[in-house]
Amino acid sequence: MTSKTTRMLSYRDAINEALQQEMERNPDIILMGEDIAGAAGRADQGFVDAWGGPFRTTQGLIQKFGEDRVRDTPISEAAFIGTAIGAAAAGVRTVAELMYFDFVGVCFDQLLNNAAKMHYMYGGNVTLPFTLLTRVGAGVGSAAQHSEILYALIAHIPGLKGVVPSDAYTAKGLLTAALRSDDPVIFFEHKLLYHESCEVPEESYEIPIGDARTVREGTDITLVGISKMTSVCLEAAELLSAEGVNAEVIDLLSVFPIDYDHIITSVQKTHRLVIVDEDTPTCSVATDIAATVGEEAFDSLDAPIMRVQSPHTPVPYARGLELAYIPDAQRVVKTVREVFGN
Amino acid sequence: MEITKEELLKMFETMVTIRQFELRAFAEVGQRSLRGAIHLSVGQEAVPTGICAHLTDDDYLASTHRGHGHCIAKGVDVQGMMAEILQKATGTNKGKGGSMHIADMSKGMLGANGVVGSSVPLAVGAALAAKHRGTDQVAIAFFGDGAVNQGVVHESMNLAAIWKLPVIFACENNQYAESTPVEYATPIADIADRAKGYNMPGVVVDGMDAFAVYDAAGAAIGRARAGLGPTLLECKTYRYYGHAAFDNPKSYRSTEEEDEWKARDAIMKFKERVIEEGTLNQAELDETEAAVTEMMDDAVRFADESPDPDLSELLTDVYFDPPKGSLGRSAHLFT
Repeated sequence: MTSKTTRMLSYRDAINEALQQEMERNPDIILMGEDIAGAAGRADQGFVDAWGGPFRTTQGLIQKFGEDRVRDTPISEAAFIGTAIGAAAAGVRTVAELMYFDFVGVCFDQLLNNAAKMHYMYGGNVTLPFTLLTRVGAGVGSAAQHSEILYALIAHIPGLKGVVPSDAYTAKGLLTAALRSDDPVIFFEHKLLYHESCEVPEESYEIPIGDARTVREGTDITLVGISKMTSVCLEAAELLSAEGVNAEVIDLLSVFPIDYDHIITSVQKTHRLVIVDEDTPTCSVATDIAATVGEEAFDSLDAPIMRVQSPHTPVPYARGLELAYIPDAQRVVKTVREVFGN
Repeated sequence: MEITKEELLKMFETMVTIRQFELRAFAEVGQRSLRGAIHLSVGQEAVPTGICAHLTDDDYLASTHRGHGHCIAKGVDVQGMMAEILQKATGTNKGKGGSMHIADMSKGMLGANGVVGSSVPLAVGAALAAKHRGTDQVAIAFFGDGAVNQGVVHESMNLAAIWKLPVIFACENNQYAESTPVEYATPIADIADRAKGYNMPGVVVDGMDAFAVYDAAGAAIGRARAGLGPTLLECKTYRYYGHAAFDNPKSYRSTEEEDEWKARDAIMKFKERVIEEGTLNQAELDETEAAVTEMMDDAVRFADESPDPDLSELLTDVYFDPPKGSLGRSAHLFT
């Protein structure tokens, strides 16, 4: 980080600021998606930027950069994401927004067979400076088709990278890094974080894709959080400290590449590991971390690795059911007690 | 549209190269008992030839699983293509892609693509890049009659139309999607009619006639370069061989039907016409064919003299910026 000047900024505004700063810096960035401005083509009637995206993350960009660089699209995810990938192959840096990651079903081919594979199957002939913005997460009553996490889909596919900012600071730094990357990067915004604020530098800065960070030092157990789950881990760590357990909390920040070394170094100190992941449990990022730490740091472990994840169900609608679905601090505390045999 | 003698010779050479390349590559793969998927476009040569005659290396093309003709017409080096198919390190894709994925960005060749319809939006994207840069580049989206019922193809046409992008949707209607006849899968006689739904010109072209393709493509590409938006060209053509190596087309079509199409063979008709019109003579045609045969011999020799891909290549080109440990914690076991 180079900037001296910071101020409180929300996660949403940090995303917006990263887009603005990079689009100013690089005139070859084109942004496209559904209702990312809104009222498309109605400027002559006085309607401009009606939406700014469903969560206002792209508000103001069309006024600053014009409709050639900020393109509202029809509801045709396969076409406009494929178009963004093709434009990237042709040398223009593109950003497409997939409104909710659950919608990936209608355009998955473009990510799986084109974005992920073109660099490799074309023998390095084609480079893809392409970022996909998308949003995930339960907790706002959006039910089964607007709430899933599904990071594991991306982590599983060679050729893609995926980042999971947990606060405004990491959102700006990771998005800036994505917008400067020559690999396809999926940027996962968590819906519950948009209004959370923290100190964010005014200047642009990058957080390296693939680096986890330690957000709380501790000695007794390592908690790994992913996206929103990092704040759940921090909350659990406070509760645990009252029980005399000093937890270290790692914020994963990238679901691919996964910073195994950072986690293993921590486990070598704490000898215990719990991974907290809002994604469903089978073949998840948490599962993968558990397997890798089990393989590579077995001798450092004093207890079995445990995971706290959502159940293997779709996301329910009713508030009580939805809250029961999402991993929370109480469940993390309960799991840590099990790790300690209590 | 006037075609110079030089252009005529080039078109003839392109068609002959496509046919010879495919038959030779297929034979060489068989002789070496290589496992390798190959889809032949023999019979369809007039289509990429007539279209790409209007293009430069700066224009873009996105191709299909049946893409050798597109690559050759776009100027991709046949030595690299042959080496790729024969699984050598000197292949266009270092041996990582094979017949179905040949790409060469130095020629604007965005890649052959193994998923039907999947590459169409890539061409739309290349056209968007051209529009963003303010150049007069165009992009060609090749696809077959099998792709016209894929959603992404319709979405892409719609998007290109509303954004007036310089892209040509070039449908090679070769009458079959694998073994499924076009009249079964599509409820209209002319796929070009689909253009009406996207308010773009839809043109039916005799895809066995390089001159007809050349004329129609010239108009469509001219329109695109002038900023007037996309065109759907339906080139009615025929693949002489099966869908892929294993496929005997006699199991789903008659010899009579095949003979009818072969009687209109694009290369044969081209020769007849240029001789009749006196624009090229027999000696020029013969010399060109002989030169192409020699080029194929050179390509096979080049491939044979090339090394196999080094096993370390397994782990390269996955990422432009490869992160440490990104290829699996047991990646060291593979090389």
